Amino acid sequence: MSDETSSRTPAVARPGLARRMGSLSDRALAWVFIGPTIFLLLAINIFPLIWTIRLSLTNYRANRTNADLQWVGLRNYERILTDSDIWNSMQATAHFLIWTLVLQVLIGFALAYLINKKFKGNDLWTTIIVLPMMLSPAVVGNFWTFLYQPQIGLFNYVIAFLSGTDPSSFSMIGDVNLAPWAIVIVDTWMWTPFVMLICLAGLRSIPDSIYEAAECDRASSWRQFWTITIPMALPFLMLAILFRGIENFKMFDLVVQLTGGGPGNVTELTSINLKREAFEKWRTGFASAYAVILFVTVFGLASIYVKALNKVKQR
Amino acid sequence: MKSIGMVSVAAAALAAGFSGSAKAEDLTLCWAAWDPANALVELSKEFEAKSGHTMKFEFVPWPNFADRMLNELNSGGQLCDLMIGDSQWIGGSAENGHYVKLNDFFDAEGIKMDDFIDATVVGYSEWPKNTPNYWALPAFGDVVGWTYRKDWFERPELQAEFKEKYGRDLAAPKTFAELKDIAEFFQNREIDGKTVYGASIYTERGSEGITMGAMDVLYSFGFKYENPDKPYDMDGYVNSPGAVAGLEYYKALYDCCTPPGSSNGYMSEGIDAFKSGQVALQMNFAFTWPGFESDANVGGGKTGYFANPAGPDGDQFAQLGGQGISVVSYSSKQDAALEYIKWFAQPEVQAKWWEMGGFSCLKAVTLDPSFPASQPYAQTFLDSMAIVKDFWAEPSYATLLQDTQRRFHDYVVAGNGTAQEALDGLVSDWTETFEDDGKL
Amino acid sequence: MSGYSITEPTLAQKWIAGVLVVGYALLTILPLIWIIATGFKSPSDAIAYPPKVVFEPTLEGYVNLFTTRTRMSPEALEEIGPPETWYDRIVRQYDMVISGPSRYGERFLNSVVIGFGSTFLSVFLGTLAAYAFSRFKVPLKDDLMFFILSTRMMPPIAVAIPIFLMFRQLGLSDTHLGMILLYTAVNLSLSVWLLKGFIDEIPVEYEEAALIDGYTRFQAFYKVVLPQATTGIASTAIFCLIFAWNEYAFAVLLTSGTAQTAPPFIPTIIGVGKDWPAVAAGATLFLVPVMVFTILLRKHLLRGITFGAVRK
Repeated sequence: MSDETSSRTPAVARPGLARRMGSLSDRALAWVFIGPTIFLLLAINIFPLIWTIRLSLTNYRANRTNADLQWVGLRNYERILTDSDIWNSMQATAHFLIWTLVLQVLIGFALAYLINKKFKGNDLWTTIIVLPMMLSPAVVGNFWTFLYQPQIGLFNYVIAFLSGTDPSSFSMIGDVNLAPWAIVIVDTWMWTPFVMLICLAGLRSIPDSIYEAAECDRASSWRQFWTITIPMALPFLMLAILFRGIENFKMFDLVVQLTGGGPGNVTELTSINLKREAFEKWRTGFASAYAVILFVTVFGLASIYVKALNKVKQR
Repeated sequence: MKSIGMVSVAAAALAAGFSGSAKAEDLTLCWAAWDPANALVELSKEFEAKSGHTMKFEFVPWPNFADRMLNELNSGGQLCDLMIGDSQWIGGSAENGHYVKLNDFFDAEGIKMDDFIDATVVGYSEWPKNTPNYWALPAFGDVVGWTYRKDWFERPELQAEFKEKYGRDLAAPKTFAELKDIAEFFQNREIDGKTVYGASIYTERGSEGITMGAMDVLYSFGFKYENPDKPYDMDGYVNSPGAVAGLEYYKALYDCCTPPGSSNGYMSEGIDAFKSGQVALQMNFAFTWPGFESDANVGGGKTGYFANPAGPDGDQFAQLGGQGISVVSYSSKQDAALEYIKWFAQPEVQAKWWEMGGFSCLKAVTLDPSFPASQPYAQTFLDSMAIVKDFWAEPSYATLLQDTQRRFHDYVVAGNGTAQEALDGLVSDWTETFEDDGKL
Repeated sequence: MSGYSITEPTLAQKWIAGVLVVGYALLTILPLIWIIATGFKSPSDAIAYPPKVVFEPTLEGYVNLFTTRTRMSPEALEEIGPPETWYDRIVRQYDMVISGPSRYGERFLNSVVIGFGSTFLSVFLGTLAAYAFSRFKVPLKDDLMFFILSTRMMPPIAVAIPIFLMFRQLGLSDTHLGMILLYTAVNLSLSVWLLKGFIDEIPVEYEEAALIDGYTRFQAFYKVVLPQATTGIASTAIFCLIFAWNEYAFAVLLTSGTAQTAPPFIPTIIGVGKDWPAVAAGATLFLVPVMVFTILLRKHLLRGITFGAVRK
């Protein structure tokens, strides 16, 4: 693992590329190996990020390339933070984020707990449950608009069948009160398996010996659940929340296909709102500032959360 | 003999080559994916045969049309050589150099804009408006109008019941108040064992649906985009008492008389609702009409047509649709593209265009004495085209439109706030946009 | 594993757990079954009320998916003569004729090209980087690894603004190459993290033995480590492929006529007059490969979706 290994003289002659590579020191080889990755990430992630920050200080519009570019300082940021529509979007995002996390954690954990009872055929059923999350959110989201149609939609029909109401009496994506829940339902359907898988890994990581010891102490199974199962699985659960949190903060494809932000703007999450500003209204400078704010928010929240997660892990 | 024949063919080909563009090109025409586009494909076969160029088509469904195509233009893409772009794009496309200016070409080829319906020239070709600067040739005239179930209206029992209830005959409405009475009359009525509903109207949120529908009503209630004497002065015009009443009317119509689940419908949802016999009245663009005549359910005289009815003060306007055909400035085949426009502008081609279901804008076609009787909807089309108004065609039209979509959908469908608040909000949104543009 | 264990659930517990999980699984699979079933319905069956569970299967949806059709007058139809093939016959019921292929095939092919191209690149680059991070002393290693991960946190729409401008400048808008590079960059974080985990698990002793035998470092990597990492590379590749296959936000903003992939295209199949069976058919063909991959991958699933943060 140190530089001296490379100074050994090779016994075999090597042709072409391998010869040239072979004569490199470990240090050089490391950079040859990492270089392209770093370069691509700089070109497609960091350079654009810097460009975004620069654009966010201007009034640039990508659809008017021949207009004068003006520096407007922090005016875009000021406008965003005082824009009530954007605060509405943030609220819609918060509602979506919180409820999807709550539902996915509860259902996901419950499923993992049940699957961990190792009944016959649990592998097969786990794989079936996992299917929705591997599919294209845009394609699946689009099809859910069909399932949500009053009268002819499967979802409305099933609910009507169970509750005895008329399937045309409610419209999941047309009603202001129901639409925020319509997107929560589909996201939960799609991503609960994700939380479930991580929880399952957490539950399976708990050694049997701990339960056996508790059993000897005559601890009730209720008590075992709260003192052993939950604390031991907590780091895994928190990791699941982190991943789902970041993903749902960025949420775009599924919701844009389901509701397009409507009715009104009750389901207009920040990504959808940002897309309108950037690619429909073409207010590039303004949208860049918006993008920077979103990135800082997700990055900041994630960093704080990761610190908390590390503390839980250390306990 | 044979060799001489070959030589003359080659010479003819050479001559043809010199008269047109130098070589046969692959031209791509971009438009929306809808019935008229299919008709244009058929029509264009004649052009292919005559010119030697081949035509390719890129059709995008309406809800994504503006997004996709404006993205294409703004990224300087070379996908489209010819663009049949929406009327509101003209300002931006002219100012940002997406379209080729056609004045010199029109002069050279003897194409006169006076030969086309005036409203379509202003609407589809001119930027700035009402100046002789042309960026497109009017290609497809379109306007929002209404269809109704003539067969239902003619049923004696319904006529009698209607007369008793409202004191007048059940017929195509003359005013918006009458229209709402009719819609209410049909709402939740049982016809042939099926529950039917009053009217299908535009409520779509994502692109331009609810704006097109609500504006179609608002104009006749007294809505104006700006002070006629002072451009961009909007307060008191956009949010005038008449405009507020118009928006309230649109919401009332949405609440009382539309089928369940109509919260996000535009042209195709309207077509579906009408063809499936769900509604008695349907708001839609004229392009949908030929499709109803040939439909098994509602064709064969079951469908009637009427132009937008009048508002409370007798004003009568309708929302303009339709498009002009332009040459994209990023195309490397502009000569061949111009050749297509030259071919398309010919009166014989335009007459055939109308026959195939394309709404020609050429006066020679529409003012022909046989025109009104040529189709059941022809007269309604002419009446409607005489009263059109259009949305902003400013370079910032997309921003203006998105703000309108949000304000209208928020009030009409989501039921937030009042009509006054929605229109006051619109004034402030629009003012902000025009300030950003340096126009205020 | 024989003998009595106190932690082993009782038979009753197993039964209850089994019934609940199977119940949930059936509920969750229902929308997917509905998509597949709708693809085989006729348009009128698809929008029937109440929804039809038993129906006469037809390939109409698939025919509509792959063709464009025009309506013809009865006289014109007479002229053409009777339909010749089974798909002609389906279309002729509605007085229509097939006028050409639809765009679905092209879009599907674009998905294949862009998906496999970007997967190959990101796994290739990712393997090299992961090996270096795993075996060499790299300055600021942890920071670099975190930097690579953090590129995944940015909302795609936010990155799309400068990428849109950059691609416009470089002429990469709506090209396969542009999309391949973009998806490669997005997938690199996943492939580096996953592959580093897999390579970490390969004992260093193998390479050291090889180096003592006179192999160079590069040979050791190529001839010893790579064969050991095959499973890891294969599953990483499938995860990258699934991401690129499913991606929507960049595709809808950066592609249009030439390089558009299937996800932005499928929702637009619906067009004028809601043809749900064609949409469902398009979705089915697009989703089934991923379903198959998921079943193949089930052992590595957890690792893949958590960037290697959790290993089973």
